[in-house]
Amino acid sequence: MTHARRLTLAHMWLAFAAFGVAVVLGVWQMWARSPIPAPLHTPDNYFLAVTAHGVSMAYVLPTFVVMGFGYFVAETALRRPLPFPAWGWAGFWLGVAGSVLAAATIFAGRASVLYTFYPPLTATPFFYIGLVLVVVGSWVWCALMIIAMAQWKGENPGKPVPLAMFATVANAVMWLWTTVGVAAELLFQVIPAAFGWVDTLDVGLSRTLFSWTLHAIVYFWLIPSYIAFYTMAPQAAGGRLYSDTMGRLTFILFLIYSLPVGMHHLFMDPEQSTGFKFLQMTLTALVAAPTLLTVFTITASMEVAGRMRGGTGLFGWIKALPWDRPMVLTTGLAFFMLWFGGGGGLINMSYGMNAMVHNTSWVTAHFHLIFGGTVVIMYFAIAYAIWPTLTGRAFASNRPLRLQLWLWFVGMMVMTLPWHYLGLQGQWRRVSEFNYADPNIAGWGPWVVVSLLGGLVLLVSGLMFLWNLFGLHRAPLAARLPDIRYALAVHPPVRVPAALNGFRMWNVVVAALMLLAYGFPIAQFFLNSPPEAIVHRTVAGN
Amino acid sequence: MASTEREILRTEIGWAIVVAGVVGVIMVAIVYAGLAMHINPPSNIEHIDPKTLHLTGEFTEPNLGTKVEANGQVTVRMVATQFAFVPQCLVVPEGKPVTLRFSTPDVLHGILVTGTNVNTMIVPGYVSQVHTVFRKTGDLLMPCHEYCGLGHSQMWATVRVVPEAEFRPGADGKVSCDAR
Repeated sequence: MTHARRLTLAHMWLAFAAFGVAVVLGVWQMWARSPIPAPLHTPDNYFLAVTAHGVSMAYVLPTFVVMGFGYFVAETALRRPLPFPAWGWAGFWLGVAGSVLAAATIFAGRASVLYTFYPPLTATPFFYIGLVLVVVGSWVWCALMIIAMAQWKGENPGKPVPLAMFATVANAVMWLWTTVGVAAELLFQVIPAAFGWVDTLDVGLSRTLFSWTLHAIVYFWLIPSYIAFYTMAPQAAGGRLYSDTMGRLTFILFLIYSLPVGMHHLFMDPEQSTGFKFLQMTLTALVAAPTLLTVFTITASMEVAGRMRGGTGLFGWIKALPWDRPMVLTTGLAFFMLWFGGGGGLINMSYGMNAMVHNTSWVTAHFHLIFGGTVVIMYFAIAYAIWPTLTGRAFASNRPLRLQLWLWFVGMMVMTLPWHYLGLQGQWRRVSEFNYADPNIAGWGPWVVVSLLGGLVLLVSGLMFLWNLFGLHRAPLAARLPDIRYALAVHPPVRVPAALNGFRMWNVVVAALMLLAYGFPIAQFFLNSPPEAIVHRTVAGN
Repeated sequence: MASTEREILRTEIGWAIVVAGVVGVIMVAIVYAGLAMHINPPSNIEHIDPKTLHLTGEFTEPNLGTKVEANGQVTVRMVATQFAFVPQCLVVPEGKPVTLRFSTPDVLHGILVTGTNVNTMIVPGYVSQVHTVFRKTGDLLMPCHEYCGLGHSQMWATVRVVPEAEFRPGADGKVSCDAR
């Protein structure tokens, strides 16, 4: 096994172990909020669990999947060994140390501030330091991805970078920009407050800095799914990618438009003006474009595959697709859920209309549907696609894989559709229980129970996923395995303009947009400083 | 189905125009709602010192609750604090413009009122302000919707919407739940 493959396995197993813990906690949290009495139900346990669930699902799972998958792509798409693998391991162990430190503080009950921190509340400083270590580990990955692409371009002058690697580096560049906001918040505001070096902090500034990170991080999670849509799904369906150029454009648009839009998380905040909220809302509307372009290009790619397999007529090609293959099935399910999740997202970003749903279960439903239904389900498909290459073993049957994927889909829909409805009824977020004796709340009970059933289906599916992967490690070694192949375009690119083959120019565009969108909104806290808030410690000592 | 490079490009450009149209329609709807219907997010950047707001000025105890100002404007002032609202219950008239003003001496909070579009974050250092009209009478819930500590789930207030005829301010212009 090559270095890169061992690295990939290590990263992914860490990610999926955190996922396993988080799924169990998530179901318990839903149980606690339902009318059915739950064991161990105290506010302390509830917010401890929410913090662990959020940190695992939002930070540990996606970061390590992105890194592990990136190492895999760098080796298999570029067809050359990964540069500086020792640094890859250094990044991994930094991430492990950070994750363990953060987990220890959370499960000791010393970090119940949820994964979005909420200063001026502070937890033990070691919680934040653990998370910073995870981010620093991921920066090592970013550097290695950029170096791998630069070395390949040096060896292949004038040739287009393979799309899978181009997209991976787009994500690495985006992640470097993304983490600036939260890093500034933690290093200059929250960690000094947590150590007790300062007694007050500027909450408006910390919220604005966190919003810098808060939307782009979502696209950091999502890009592996899009890489699979563009480069793995058409191949698995037996077809071709409809347009390589549209793929490159999509990932460039993600890089540009996922960053200067985070203020749509602050629509209901008093520290920013309507003008900048409106500007960032407009930029947010533009980020719908790469997703809608992807839906078209991938559907067309699937049509190419369906017709190559003998499908005819307006819809006959859909029937002709090999739906028994996990990657094809998952792409279909993910697209279906993307319509619901994306539609909800358009409502969230609609400026004044956000007041209808802000901090209600609608939002929880939206991001679980997008994250679980497009991001995580594609992580499953990616794992199923690359695990045979990683382990040298083949799945005996795709049946348990398909069952697991269908259960995830059903569970996700059953869980999130009632949440959307309850959110519109005014059910609010982040509480450990509801008083079902209140006449305003009593009617919610049955829907909460329905969503809990969806959560149970998700738990079964999540555990099945781990079992499927685990089982493959114990299967007999395969005599010979087909190499992983990325989809060819209908017209493979021979030469592409420099703008579609690198990111130098796009970094300048990002810098300009960030200056426009965040320059004054951040500067205002220094030009006309608001009164600071008193730091509130949630734990005694450090 | 398109197969030459030129045909593929044409279909992609055609779809991109559709996408631009969809995004354009959404933007027009939002701008219309903002300009013509005054549906904008609460964004008055108004500073207040969380360390002294209870000592002097607008958010001292005698000023809290519902008050009919000299010009007839109904204003509600509320302090959100770990883990309660002061006051815990507020009275507002049905069908009349009401201005809600919130501040906090401690940490982040936020509110929504069930069955309405009233929603704002409450950030230490700022006054949050929402203008609204309550359309239905009855007791509504106003929970804290932002995590503010382990007691967060116990933090809520009641909004009592009464018919305009039953909304009777005292000599000082104030109306409270107890007085009814």
